[in-house]
Amino acid sequence: MIIDDLNEIAEKERASRKKFTIRCCMAAGCMSSNSDAVKKSLEKAVKDSGLDELVEVRGVGCMRLCCQGPLVQVDPNDALYERVTPEDAASVVGTVKGGQTTVQRGDPQSAFFTKQLSIVLSNSGYVDPERIDSYIAAEGYKALHDVLREMTPKEVVDEIIKSGLRGRGGAGFPTGLKWGTVAKTEDGHKYVICNADEGDPGAFMDRSVLESDPHSVLEGMAIAAYAVGAAQGFIYVRAEYPLAISRLQTAIKQAKERGLLGSGIFESPFNFNVDLRIGAGAFVCGEETALMMSVEGKRGTPRPRPPFPAESGLWGCPTLINNVETFANVAAIIRKGADWFASIGTEKSKGTKVFALAGNITNTGLIEVPMGTPLRQTVETMGGGAPDGGTIKAVQTGGPSGGCIPADSLDTPVDYESLAKLGSIMGSGGMIVMDETTRMVDVARFFMEFCMDESCGKCVPCRAGTVQMYQLLSKILARKATAADLRRLEELCDMVRNTSLCGLGQTAPNPVLSTLRFFRHEYLELLNKEADSPNGEAKAPAAAAGK
Amino acid sequence: MIATSPKQKQSRLPEILAHASGDKRFKILEAHMKKHQFKHDALIEVLHKAQELFGYLEDDLLLFIAYKLKLPASRVYGVATFYHFFTLKPKGQHTCVVCLGTACYVRGADKVLAAVEGKAGIKAGETTPDNQLSLLTARCIGACGIAPAVVYDGTVTPRQTAESALERVKGWIGHDH
Repeated sequence: MIIDDLNEIAEKERASRKKFTIRCCMAAGCMSSNSDAVKKSLEKAVKDSGLDELVEVRGVGCMRLCCQGPLVQVDPNDALYERVTPEDAASVVGTVKGGQTTVQRGDPQSAFFTKQLSIVLSNSGYVDPERIDSYIAAEGYKALHDVLREMTPKEVVDEIIKSGLRGRGGAGFPTGLKWGTVAKTEDGHKYVICNADEGDPGAFMDRSVLESDPHSVLEGMAIAAYAVGAAQGFIYVRAEYPLAISRLQTAIKQAKERGLLGSGIFESPFNFNVDLRIGAGAFVCGEETALMMSVEGKRGTPRPRPPFPAESGLWGCPTLINNVETFANVAAIIRKGADWFASIGTEKSKGTKVFALAGNITNTGLIEVPMGTPLRQTVETMGGGAPDGGTIKAVQTGGPSGGCIPADSLDTPVDYESLAKLGSIMGSGGMIVMDETTRMVDVARFFMEFCMDESCGKCVPCRAGTVQMYQLLSKILARKATAADLRRLEELCDMVRNTSLCGLGQTAPNPVLSTLRFFRHEYLELLNKEADSPNGEAKAPAAAAGK
Repeated sequence: MIATSPKQKQSRLPEILAHASGDKRFKILEAHMKKHQFKHDALIEVLHKAQELFGYLEDDLLLFIAYKLKLPASRVYGVATFYHFFTLKPKGQHTCVVCLGTACYVRGADKVLAAVEGKAGIKAGETTPDNQLSLLTARCIGACGIAPAVVYDGTVTPRQTAESALERVKGWIGHDH
């Protein structure tokens, strides 16, 4: 494979395009609403009406407005159809000949779509994730070529540093610095890992990226491997995402066949292979040291850092771990330049961020907006606010490690620093909207139960602390708790946060702390004031260990 | 003490291997281990395959894997019990997995679960006595856009309510409940 071959594939693919393209969403959300059958009927309808020469039916990745799936778009008519059934196929196909259809129309010009800015999702909904040629036609693997043939590894690292890209997994560590650290270690075995263990309940960005555009992640990993000097990569993906796994397997196979993975890529001395590792349902494995244990086939328990994976990671070798979305940004940065990327977003948070909008909101689905976009624009203008005339009470970001942002802070720009100031985190990008029917103490207990179940048991503060906090929250919800119990809960939050071994325990109190900060009255209303003795000590002993 | 325990293990192995030789599934499993060159880091992959073939991971199966991969049985058992995805008990004929991710939760997945629990007379994580239905929960299947989602026998189904869920599992629940 040389650049001419790549261009030829792209040309051939573009030349094979027909006058009309009917794009049918084949991501997990729409698939579960039967989009597979819709696509088959569309193909049949095209054949039956003899339009083969004129119309292409393409299965594509996520088209974002998941709540209205299955989604079908007819180009160039710019007509979006929602909740399409297999029976609708004939009339949708008929529209290319000027026919009419009664299928529910969506508005591609609504704020939900027009306010988005796509980098990571630019191919999502356009390329066929099961055909590498479709990705190549969208300038795919060009960045990898340029990197291998025209740039030194150091130049690549510098470009990423210059772009200001920060880790999209949640903590926001500067990606270029991480790459630089791994690159500086002595030559020898090094690894690149893609963290696709998207365990946060309520987050589905990584799943969508893997299902919609798996090659962009592979290309990003290959560029990273060249920059740091690694020859082997792993993608650690959740077993709960069977479609993403199968699309990745297909993508890896096709990339190998095309010579874009394997030995001597683009006739350079660079070799790179990627293997999949399937998780087995452990939230803690999203933590990088636990993830590496799991890749090694062991129990996924974390270990103290330092040493950081960049120095001593998988099998003791220097290891670069980045999130799916981080890798998906890389090829675009190389192609369009660091300056272009750095011009998007805020001073400290560059580029865009993909969010998964869900919960009590009209438009659930995927959105990609520049960093610094105010929450209000995301959830009200784009998300359409709470459904059925409800009002938004809070927005939860960052999953079990994050916090609830109250409605009166909706004008906060969403970037790493602003969210941290509100006691939440960017997290991987799940955004759960809650309306006035949601009880915040209930939400706090929901997350605490999650952390309690998912605690790996290695360190005591997390293992025992989460159980105690859960019981205190249950006691509050049962209206049996006193002011002393609330104080005890706050003390425990402080202790677990400061003494736990890994991120799971350190952030487990966040949902409690943030709801206490903004919705303290809800806790106070639930307290049993009569049980409080005058000296402020609880009469009832702390909840006994019942679990 | 130390001398006796390996002896016990030794005595069970020939039996397991003899049993395995008559079961095609063990051959498939062994071929899968071979594909991974019997590497220790492939343990989780091998357990996935074993569960896919057998439905659940019983003790003898774990001992077989330990023997073939040359790993201590404690390590295999430790890994199998650490991850939620692996089950050491047989599942029912049908499975109903209620997603309890945040998005599904705020949209009423707890009510869906309670309805099925009440109807089937079992708690989440249990199987009905007639072995027809296993009721499970998931920590987010990533289908938040269509919450609340329930997975019936591997098929993700969108926007469930207590009523639609009961309608769906009706045929799987014995009439004695």
